[in-house]
Amino acid sequence: MAAISREEVAHLAHLARLAVTDEELDTFAGQLDVILQAVARIGEVAAADIPPTSHSVPLTNVLREDVMVACLPRDEALAGAPDAQDGRFRVPRILDEEA
Amino acid sequence: MSTAYEPVIGLEVHVELGTRTKMFCGCPTLFGAEPNTQVCPVCLGLPGSLPVANRAAIEATIRIGLALNCSIAPWCRFARKNYFYPDMPKNFQISQYDEPLCTDGWLDVPVDGGMVRVGIERVHLEEDTGKTLHIGGATGRIHGATESLVDYNRAGIPLVEIVTKPVPGTGELAPAVARAYVAELRDLVRSLGVSDVRMEQGSLRCDVNTSLNRPGEEWGTRTETKNVNSLRSVERAVRSEMQRQAAVLSSGGKVTQETRHFHEDTGDTTSGRSKETATDYRYFPEPDLVPLAPDPDWVAALKVSLPESPRAHRERLQAAWGLSDVDMQAVVNAGAVGLIEATVAAGAAPAAARKWWLNELAQRANADGIELEAVGVTPGQVAELQQLVDEGTLNDKLARTVLDGVVAAEGSPREVVAARGLAVVSDTGALTAAVDEAIAAHPDVAAKVREGKVAAAGVLVGAVMKTTGGRADAKTVRELVLSRLSQ
Amino acid sequence: MVIERTAAELGRLIGSGEVSAEEVTRAHLDRMTEVEPKVHAFLHVATERALEAARAVDARRAAGEQLGPLAGVPIAVKDVITTRGMPTTCASKILEGWVPPYDATVVERLHDAGLVVLGKTNMDEFAMGSSTEYSAYGPTNNPWDLGRIPGGSGGGSAAAVAAYESALGIGTDTGGSIRQPGAVTGTVGAKPTYGGTSRYGLVAFSSSLDTPGPVARTVEDAALLHAVIAGHDPRDSTSIPAPVPDVVGAARLGATGDLTGVRLGLVREFSGEGAEPGVTAAVRDAVEALTKLGAEVVEVSCPHFPYALPAYYLIAPSECSSNLARFDGVRYGLRVGDDGTRSLEEVMSLTREAGFGAEVKRRIILGTYALSAGYYDAYYGQAQKVRTLITRDFTAAFEQADVLVSPTTPFVAFPFGSRTSDPYQMYLADLYTIPSNLYGGPAISVPCGLSEGLPVGFQVMAPTLGDDRMYRVAAALESAIPPLTPPAL
Repeated sequence: MAAISREEVAHLAHLARLAVTDEELDTFAGQLDVILQAVARIGEVAAADIPPTSHSVPLTNVLREDVMVACLPRDEALAGAPDAQDGRFRVPRILDEEA
Repeated sequence: MSTAYEPVIGLEVHVELGTRTKMFCGCPTLFGAEPNTQVCPVCLGLPGSLPVANRAAIEATIRIGLALNCSIAPWCRFARKNYFYPDMPKNFQISQYDEPLCTDGWLDVPVDGGMVRVGIERVHLEEDTGKTLHIGGATGRIHGATESLVDYNRAGIPLVEIVTKPVPGTGELAPAVARAYVAELRDLVRSLGVSDVRMEQGSLRCDVNTSLNRPGEEWGTRTETKNVNSLRSVERAVRSEMQRQAAVLSSGGKVTQETRHFHEDTGDTTSGRSKETATDYRYFPEPDLVPLAPDPDWVAALKVSLPESPRAHRERLQAAWGLSDVDMQAVVNAGAVGLIEATVAAGAAPAAARKWWLNELAQRANADGIELEAVGVTPGQVAELQQLVDEGTLNDKLARTVLDGVVAAEGSPREVVAARGLAVVSDTGALTAAVDEAIAAHPDVAAKVREGKVAAAGVLVGAVMKTTGGRADAKTVRELVLSRLSQ
Repeated sequence: MVIERTAAELGRLIGSGEVSAEEVTRAHLDRMTEVEPKVHAFLHVATERALEAARAVDARRAAGEQLGPLAGVPIAVKDVITTRGMPTTCASKILEGWVPPYDATVVERLHDAGLVVLGKTNMDEFAMGSSTEYSAYGPTNNPWDLGRIPGGSGGGSAAAVAAYESALGIGTDTGGSIRQPGAVTGTVGAKPTYGGTSRYGLVAFSSSLDTPGPVARTVEDAALLHAVIAGHDPRDSTSIPAPVPDVVGAARLGATGDLTGVRLGLVREFSGEGAEPGVTAAVRDAVEALTKLGAEVVEVSCPHFPYALPAYYLIAPSECSSNLARFDGVRYGLRVGDDGTRSLEEVMSLTREAGFGAEVKRRIILGTYALSAGYYDAYYGQAQKVRTLITRDFTAAFEQADVLVSPTTPFVAFPFGSRTSDPYQMYLADLYTIPSNLYGGPAISVPCGLSEGLPVGFQVMAPTLGDDRMYRVAAALESAIPPLTPPAL
């Protein structure tokens, strides 16, 4: 049984803002299926009572003081912009309301 | 609204902290700077950049949590909230998910002579987004816009999110409870000195959740209302949603779970995004930041050094001003506590300060549909105005005219008096002349007064007030009239 | 020949004035001109800036300044690390032509120490791969056999150093991307303790695993470079505040060839089948050579190590799906499809579709899946548990041994195209390197011999903050075996 369907891949591609082609959908679905079957074996050892590790460094409370540091000059901030106007980054019309 | 339904409300308030620098970088946070002049690789999310957490922001959040009687997490992490939107440079927001810094508190809110305890679910810390200008549409909103322009100055400013537990059982008072909660929370945060909490500037933002259910039944489907930008709007939004939902339910329909947008001009809400399929934010612990484990001694010290709560503050002021509970409630309802306090601090007597704010200024605020604070007069100016009355430069009527001038931004009270020549006529000679003129113009009235009908003097006083354009002190004029007629 | 000198030697020659930094840089630039058409290790060559930097070192020397041990030594920087004013593409189309306005911390430290940056090297796109075949700008060819891969993701820096185009390189290691290229090109590649080198300026692939590190031809050279770039950075919250271990001292100690009392832990789970026979044989010989130097061999069992690779291929894609979300055509890089008719959402999707290669897209989709509501617990959540188990295995193993050893990678350099049709076959190249990344401990690959004429790498793994241990053992091995020299190009 396939671990991941073509439709699922299409949904994920949309979530990740990737306009994948039909051909890619087929290829990816097959390849991801193989990968997912292989990685599923972690279920063999990942028992409920094992705590997860999110950070390998045992640090806590790394903080900075509320002190100003020099900013980027605006022209450098906008230097790489594909499109800028009036000191702002210009983008085409947005469909979705803010989340 | 019919009492066939009971409301349950919930509020999500975002407070923009007033730290000097952003949450994860050292960029300044000044309001109103030129677009994209307060940015750096970190808050622009440039490839390779990394966040480092601002200690002052964490301290402020803990203090807010403590003031709300929350438990402070002994250990917690930041989390990534993943979604695509151009105002978020990384297309994820660093926030907190299942490990908020503060949980499980409460705030007692004065409403309509009583107290409502609003439970606090959580208080957590996150970063603000940039600002998007939508160009080309009619209303400046997204619909109809052809393009948008993004400014990242605001991106990365620390934001504290305060979420209440659902609040049932408020009945008809729900709108007032919602408003009172936001007002009380605002005062609380302001008293901590961590934010200027100005709704009109966006440093205090509010979303309101509303649902209705029949008595005894399960809570209904709730809607979320956004774009609630003032205390008045909070109240109106809840009322409007309650009415709308009641109408839907009474006609046999079902309330759709959705986000609605509040409109200031109509007081109504319109449908925004459907929340049926909730966005999957794919939260996971932020790997670029290490966990927070606030030192218990530090937290204890912060707790001990919390300032007087707004409630204790109000009780103290009520006693100092000698007001009854009812009178104090009126002051609270008008949102005038801080304003009167500041006016007293600037030299006015409490009673006078109260009079100005609750009568004159509250009327104007209501007429214009704005908050009392935004009416255009400062406490210092009110104190100055009262001083002018006390020293005899102005009478009550003139003072109100001067107030008009101050509201119209013509300057301070003294400046308006000077510019408009509104001082009380105190030149005895001129006054006496005016009095004689009035006496001559009303011989029958003068005769009555000479006969002992002192009350009739009022007509003559009125005539003098008219000829001096109201710029005389009525009491002085009356004395002059009587003295002239007794000769 | 200047270009065949070690970095340590070049540093001494420049420091004493026997040769100028400019001369050294010119020699390497000339070499690059000669062999780049065959090797294609570089994506950007910074000729003028390099010569300027070299002249500056010479000027400082002339002014009587005491130079550091690597001043004037040429170095190549993997194109995933930001360099101010120099293009940084991560070998992706989506960042074609992007010039960062800031230097990574490790680059700042190179400049401060007087090293001369020759340019940016090729890699698998966004550091995802084991062969450099996934670069959007064409592959790099292994100097040992131009029809074979140089390893990945840091194939460019390893090839540049192996081909004498540069004395040193800086790479990044997330699942083996420094070590595996080192193994297949016959060079030394080290992954420091996670957090030991700053990630500020390293374009993030998998944030909890990425580690910048040195690429060199000798262990001492790698240690010298390690000492320059390592150390706490307040701009990286995951940067370790502890002092840098004395890796140079350890390398020199190891070079004396005495490992008496040092216990080598042979990882049982990585000693059996799975590796090519030639690799297994070369590693076995290396272990023998080390015992002759006085080391004790003990077999240790790390029963969860076989689960490291599947866990990695859940954690890394998950983090990368989030890290790469910022590439959307709004603030920098490629923008596709903005013709006035499309919405931003469409432009973003078209941009990312056109800008990312297949492997990157695969991992983004896989990562998005592993983090989704409903799948998080089964995938990402469980993978984080495997990390705990791997850490426990290491901790237990380090009670019995001072370092753990294994082959660096199961196969020698494979021919182009032999593993690209089945992604999982490519992933297997990281089998032995991944556990250290999940644990956060340091590991190094040092050449230990040949198999069918191609280099084999020997991996030494150490406990977190025990970087010195691995340098000592690696240097000892190096002293015991004849050096490897690739065929003339």
